[in-house]
Amino acid sequence: MSSIFFQFLQALLMLLLAPLAAGFISTVKARLQNRHGAGVLQPWRDIRKLFSKEVVLADHASWIFRFAPYVVFTATVIAASVVPALLPDTPLSLTADVIALVALLALARFFLSLAGMDIGTAFGGMGASREMTFSALAEPAMLMSVFVLSLGAHSTNLTTMIHHVLSTPLLIQPSIAFALVAMLMIAVAETGRIPVDNPTTHLELTMIHEAMLLEYSGRHLALMEWASMVKILLFATLIIDLFVPWGLSLDANAAGICLALTLWLLKLSILFVVLAVLETGLAKLRLFEVPQYLGTAFVLSFLGLMIHYMLEVQL
Amino acid sequence: MTRPSRNTWFGERLSDQGIYVQYLDDHHPVHMPCLEIRRLDWAHAAKEAKRLEMRLVAVWAADANKRAGKDASERRLCTYMAFAHPEHRHVLLRTELSAAKPEIPSLSGHYIAACRMERSMQDMFGLNVSNAFDNRLWIKHEHWPEDSHALLRAFDAHTPLRPEPERIGMDYDYVSCDSECVYEIPVGPVHAGIIESGHFRFLAVGEKILNMEERLGYVHKGIERSMQGRTAQDGIALAGRVSGDSTVGHAWAFAQACEYAANLDIPPRASYLRGVLCERERIANHIGDIGAVCNDAAFAFMHGQCLRLREEMARLHQEIFGHRLLMDAVTIGGVASDLSGDMCQKLIRQTLDIAAEVEHLRAIYADAPSIQQRVIGAGIVSVVDAKDLGLLGFVGRASGHYSDERIEEAYPPYDDLIIPVPEGKLGGVSTRVWVRFEEIANASRMVIQLLETLPEGEINTVWQAPEAGVSGFAAIESWRGEIAAWVRFGMDARIDRYFVRDPSVINWLGLELAVRTVPVPDFPLVNKSFNCSYSGNDL
Repeated sequence: MSSIFFQFLQALLMLLLAPLAAGFISTVKARLQNRHGAGVLQPWRDIRKLFSKEVVLADHASWIFRFAPYVVFTATVIAASVVPALLPDTPLSLTADVIALVALLALARFFLSLAGMDIGTAFGGMGASREMTFSALAEPAMLMSVFVLSLGAHSTNLTTMIHHVLSTPLLIQPSIAFALVAMLMIAVAETGRIPVDNPTTHLELTMIHEAMLLEYSGRHLALMEWASMVKILLFATLIIDLFVPWGLSLDANAAGICLALTLWLLKLSILFVVLAVLETGLAKLRLFEVPQYLGTAFVLSFLGLMIHYMLEVQL
Repeated sequence: MTRPSRNTWFGERLSDQGIYVQYLDDHHPVHMPCLEIRRLDWAHAAKEAKRLEMRLVAVWAADANKRAGKDASERRLCTYMAFAHPEHRHVLLRTELSAAKPEIPSLSGHYIAACRMERSMQDMFGLNVSNAFDNRLWIKHEHWPEDSHALLRAFDAHTPLRPEPERIGMDYDYVSCDSECVYEIPVGPVHAGIIESGHFRFLAVGEKILNMEERLGYVHKGIERSMQGRTAQDGIALAGRVSGDSTVGHAWAFAQACEYAANLDIPPRASYLRGVLCERERIANHIGDIGAVCNDAAFAFMHGQCLRLREEMARLHQEIFGHRLLMDAVTIGGVASDLSGDMCQKLIRQTLDIAAEVEHLRAIYADAPSIQQRVIGAGIVSVVDAKDLGLLGFVGRASGHYSDERIEEAYPPYDDLIIPVPEGKLGGVSTRVWVRFEEIANASRMVIQLLETLPEGEINTVWQAPEAGVSGFAAIESWRGEIAAWVRFGMDARIDRYFVRDPSVINWLGLELAVRTVPVPDFPLVNKSFNCSYSGNDL
């Protein structure tokens, strides 16, 4: 009973915390650039504002365009609730499979790209084509990176993998280091951050993710924006789960959950500060260099796999 | 001050070619003379100018009758073209068109940059440019009635626009491509952000730009027409608003054209102060644009810092000159406000501080590989193309075309200064940014030198309007490049025709070349490194 409650709590927490996380990143970025910034709560204000605005639909919009925000949002939220943030053993943990997770995100992306093309504007099609090209490179790289850890745990189930990491003695495994770097690179690409995409730009020609959202307004836009904020939190939590899961509460008691929550927030802030520092110091990549960037992530994951076999497997 | 003697160099060359020339006495100054030639020599003269490696400054038209208010039936048009040579300064050529059939051969065979100016001329005066390879409408869009030409005296400002249904099927004929692999991307005229209106039509293969075509004219405000009938003092406010970011440059060009026409010398203190204003404007705009270029590559740190520096300049301008962008600081015959010793010190101190901070930012920019990777090699204009088009200002100076009116025309106060020219050759975004950094440093030195050696005396001379029919021409190096202004006075000291060529008119052409084979998402970056004015082009 209580585990169902905590599962629910965890999903709700992800949902509510996502805009704050986005606000936190942009505030840290603003401070790094000697600006005040709009404050941590700004994404929440934006979402509230968008929900209260009317939806303006293009004449050519089909049901796909209207349907897509709900699919994208739901798929992302389901994906987020599958990833353990506080306790690994929840009713959904059996379904917490990384391949299913990637598939859920792919579903969201598929509908987002369809919606981008549905209206028939040049920018939407352009964004969809870029998104698809890059995700075709990012998804295998992400799976490869996860597989490095799966090899040790003999499973692609997140809970099993977390338990495996927690049960192994703390020592630095080179294969994991490779997988971590690859995963960080992919997380940046998948969540549309600098140096792959720039979430704050207004230049349509340079956009990837935002180009598909250009025609959205009102609650549709709110859902889309919210979904992409949840995605950032999802990837951060996934990285924490796979590489530094210590602190996750193994059973559902209040004290354990409190500790897990504190540690989770702490790890998240560290990750986000790192992201903000990187985003401040880096310019966006030239578009034709993004495949190389994603290719590098793939190669790193692959090296991780090889190293795992060569150094870490006792035959 | 010794008056320069009449510049006869080009006239002699034309005479050698058997072209009959006559110097116009009602045009000033004599070192930038206006030569009347026969209409049939029009294209020949341009060919000769090209052979002499002169740069085409502008092509424009005007009413031929010198005194306004003559009998309307014998009203003729005349066309002007202006050339510049690095050593032999500016020369204007003029010819009169026949009243029955106003037609002039196109210069675009010799000077490609003439094309758009000729198209504007056709739109505004209804004359016919023959042998032109491009006869599409330019400034005048489809919703204007066919026979309305806004600069003809007969034009009624209340002419109703064409209603929507009549415009169907009148779409602009963009350069297109039949291939199935070519993707057309229309961008604008309404853009995201707070930039002006203009349309870009991309033909892209995958993510690579095959061709980009500009369509401008969306911010046409009728500045030339609105200037007619104003006095010089009244007109300078309008001239200062041709393009808001180069208000000092435009106001100065207008003022100097009027002062030349009236044979008026301004006091040295006034010209020094104009120099200070113009160089401060150069620094502020270059700083803003460097930040914007970096921001387009998502390097937001530079943008924040540059915005701050530009804001500091704007605030001091507000405090000292009464306007953040220095509007209305230049007046006919001088400048609007004098500087006290205290203000001079303030300006010197801030200029020093900003120059030092910019050098600091420059080091950060040069040491950040991720931004360098974006700007190096992006948006290249070759030296040959730059010369063919006659690219101006920092855009030209980044591509091996070093025209600078502060050196070539050496108008006061620049005759007292040494002006270093940053000689860029590679012609990409990084070179244009490099030239801008160099110019900030040079302009800072000039501001300080001008302020430290500021002569005592008046800041104004009394304006005395010239007789009707007298015209003046001036070329001023604004931050974007050469602004050419030509003013002719009519009856009652009122302006009869004002023509101004913003450097953007030429540099927009450079942008079209620069973005070929560039990836589509790099366009904003390249565009920002040019930062051409829409308003200055559309007038």
